[in-house]
Amino acid sequence: MLAFIIRRVLQSVVVLLIVGLVAFSLFRFVGDPIDNLLGQERTIEDIERLRGELGLDQPFPVQYFNFLQGISQGNFGVSYRQGRPVADILVERLPATLELAAISALFAMILGVTLGVYTAIRRDGWLSNAIMTASLIGVSLPTFLIGILLIYVFAVELGWLPSFGRGETVQIGWWSTGLLTASGLKAIILPAITLGLYQMTLIMRLVRSEMLEVLRSDYVKFARARGLPQRSVYFRHALKNTLVPVITITGLQLGSIIAFAIITETVFQWPGVGLLFINSIQFVDIPVMASYLMLISVMFVVINLIVDLLYFAIDPRLSASRGGGH
Amino acid sequence: MTTATKIVGAALTAALLAGTSVMASAETLRWARAGDSLTLDPHAQNEGPTHALAHQIYEPLISPDMAAQQIPALATEWYVKDGDPNVWVFELREGVKFHDGADFTAEDVVFSINRAKMPDSDMKELLVSITEVRAVDDYTVEMVTDGPNPILPNNLTNTFMMDKGWAEANDVTKPQDFEGGEETYAVRNANGTGPFRLVSREPDTRTVLERNEDYWGMDDFPMEVSEIIYTPIQNAATRVAALLSGEVDFIQDVPVQDLERVGDSEGLIVNKTAQNRTIFFGLNVGSDDLENDTVEGENPFANKQVRKAMNMAINREAIQQVVMRGQSAPTGVIIPPFVNGWTEELDQYPEADVEAAKAMMDEAGYGDGFTVTLHCPNDRYINDEAICQAVVGMMGQIGIDVNLVAQTKANHFPLISNRETDFYMLGWGVPTFDSEYVFNFLVHSTTDERGSWNGAQYSNPELDAKIQSLASETDLEKRNQTIAEIWEVVQDETIYLPVHNQVLNWGMTENIVFPVQPEDQPHFKFMQFN
Repeated sequence: MLAFIIRRVLQSVVVLLIVGLVAFSLFRFVGDPIDNLLGQERTIEDIERLRGELGLDQPFPVQYFNFLQGISQGNFGVSYRQGRPVADILVERLPATLELAAISALFAMILGVTLGVYTAIRRDGWLSNAIMTASLIGVSLPTFLIGILLIYVFAVELGWLPSFGRGETVQIGWWSTGLLTASGLKAIILPAITLGLYQMTLIMRLVRSEMLEVLRSDYVKFARARGLPQRSVYFRHALKNTLVPVITITGLQLGSIIAFAIITETVFQWPGVGLLFINSIQFVDIPVMASYLMLISVMFVVINLIVDLLYFAIDPRLSASRGGGH
Repeated sequence: MTTATKIVGAALTAALLAGTSVMASAETLRWARAGDSLTLDPHAQNEGPTHALAHQIYEPLISPDMAAQQIPALATEWYVKDGDPNVWVFELREGVKFHDGADFTAEDVVFSINRAKMPDSDMKELLVSITEVRAVDDYTVEMVTDGPNPILPNNLTNTFMMDKGWAEANDVTKPQDFEGGEETYAVRNANGTGPFRLVSREPDTRTVLERNEDYWGMDDFPMEVSEIIYTPIQNAATRVAALLSGEVDFIQDVPVQDLERVGDSEGLIVNKTAQNRTIFFGLNVGSDDLENDTVEGENPFANKQVRKAMNMAINREAIQQVVMRGQSAPTGVIIPPFVNGWTEELDQYPEADVEAAKAMMDEAGYGDGFTVTLHCPNDRYINDEAICQAVVGMMGQIGIDVNLVAQTKANHFPLISNRETDFYMLGWGVPTFDSEYVFNFLVHSTTDERGSWNGAQYSNPELDAKIQSLASETDLEKRNQTIAEIWEVVQDETIYLPVHNQVLNWGMTENIVFPVQPEDQPHFKFMQFN
């Protein structure tokens, strides 16, 4: 078990190094930050001087090495765009993204499971068919379009919810939360739905098909034969057995919710790391881009590691088969 | 809440009308535009949104007003010193206080100008002619230039004054530099003399300013806005939605396709003006051969006939009507109307005439045409990529087969800086409102100090000498004559193919009275409410 963890951690470090290398080799195609930094009135001399100062005249492996060297000393560099340490900026922006991701995941889980069970039980009801048809929208429409539609309906036409921003926030230590104020709660509704809609329909369809399968199985038949009440059969026996794959999928999707937040955050001007990343790309803010990509890869690696460890805990067969080596 | 504020505001206005004393009203203005200010350090970035925010908090000696005309700010008078054409004298406004209560004096001006001249400052290019700044007494400053500089005041309108004591106390005597690795205090804190003081700032999220009740100009300007909440909203559709839903009162950067929508909405209006930005195409006229064309061994753009033919092939009116939906002013010169040196004659553009253009191509020996690559940004100017697509079609009509490469500005502009493009789009604003600025950057041969944007690689020593003479010519009539002569050559040579001047649109609630500023720079001390 311990050996497995150590091996996975070492593998993760290699993954991170490769992500960084790929990122740095791609930065050349994002553009040159010098023009953004210097503005219109710059001379050829200025360009050369700043390029030298920022180390942009070095080949990318050298730039990458310098970046790693900085990180190993806990220094993520200074944002070209904001002139502030990248670590500070990320810490400031992360709560917004994590809150949004958590609320959308919650929304996707609760509504996805409920609707999934309902459509499985009332397989041929008109409401079920309507829900299934509507869920196609969630799967097929791009996120930004859903976001703009929601803004149009709920902010512009009805005027119920804000169209942008995070509302008022409360500072708890270094964590800023929008979940404790009325305006903050109102502000999170539309972005959370936009971000979670795809995951919700995914979970709903997954739960539905799992349920349909389980409902056909022998033990459900036996449970019914025993004369157990319907509710007990559905929720205690059937649903429980469908949840294992659902939890796995949700865990893995959490990473992509955080990563997909880029688009939702741009549409709703949500001040999280996704919006920061988009701004950084436009400005060619290399230190921020590099740190963001590293952060997201760390997140994916950690989530994967946890999921792997959970398998160990849930499924005893796995530890037996992996015991003999990978 | 807003309705409440408005009612209070209305009640106050009524009270004011009834009474005799002039008292300020309480109006909160919620302001949104696409980008945020990059830093509050007033000398670290020379960039539109950064200056626009800085102008609310800090002040220059001479300020632009809402028509972009120069008005006295922290200086009340300025003139060339009697008997010494190399010295400008500035008389400072007395009794001005910084937000923290410190007095504004000549030593703050000396400090600020020197700070803005440091290597890490983005404003230094505009102040390059200043060799010394000295305080004569508490309220008089002299600036010594390396030769007579008649347009020095034009270069000072975005150079903000900081308090020397505050800067020393907070260790921000130098503009922010990226090598230092530290955030400086001035990046997120500010202490100016301006009409508004900073209450809070979260970059990219929300900046709150409140009216400076001790402002020296309380009686000189409307000063009706009591609080400003500034939120950058990047996505154009969201920005418009926020205005339509009443979450913001005032937006800049209204997308062309939404103008009608906003204008037709109840309670909203759109104000427009010609922007200080001309869109044009540059041609590599200087190289012996082009990298990105199919003509071997020679440069078709070096042939004036070809350039004239291309200029004639551009149908500017079609671009205005179809691509810009009427929101542009076609032009024949690369400066907007309010710049010194502009004349109606220069502004005339050739009628689009494909047959005549073709004939000129024939004459030039390129009757069979050639292939060339056009580089365009796709996220910098209004409908930039669409304009380029239209021009590709127009060039096709006279046999020039254009490959269009449209990409993000961060990829596009380095091509011009590095002289890697032969045919490119560029937009240019003239912050000094004088033609010399355009000549220095776009027409003068590339040297260490000048010609950094001369992607055309045009070089004409005779013209260079004339351009250099502008810097020190004190006889304004003679200087204007030289400017006219330079334009004549530039127009005849057709180095650049002008397209149009952009039109600026601001959307706002209809109770706001606020003209559009040609530099896209709102000065909220001028804002009034109905």
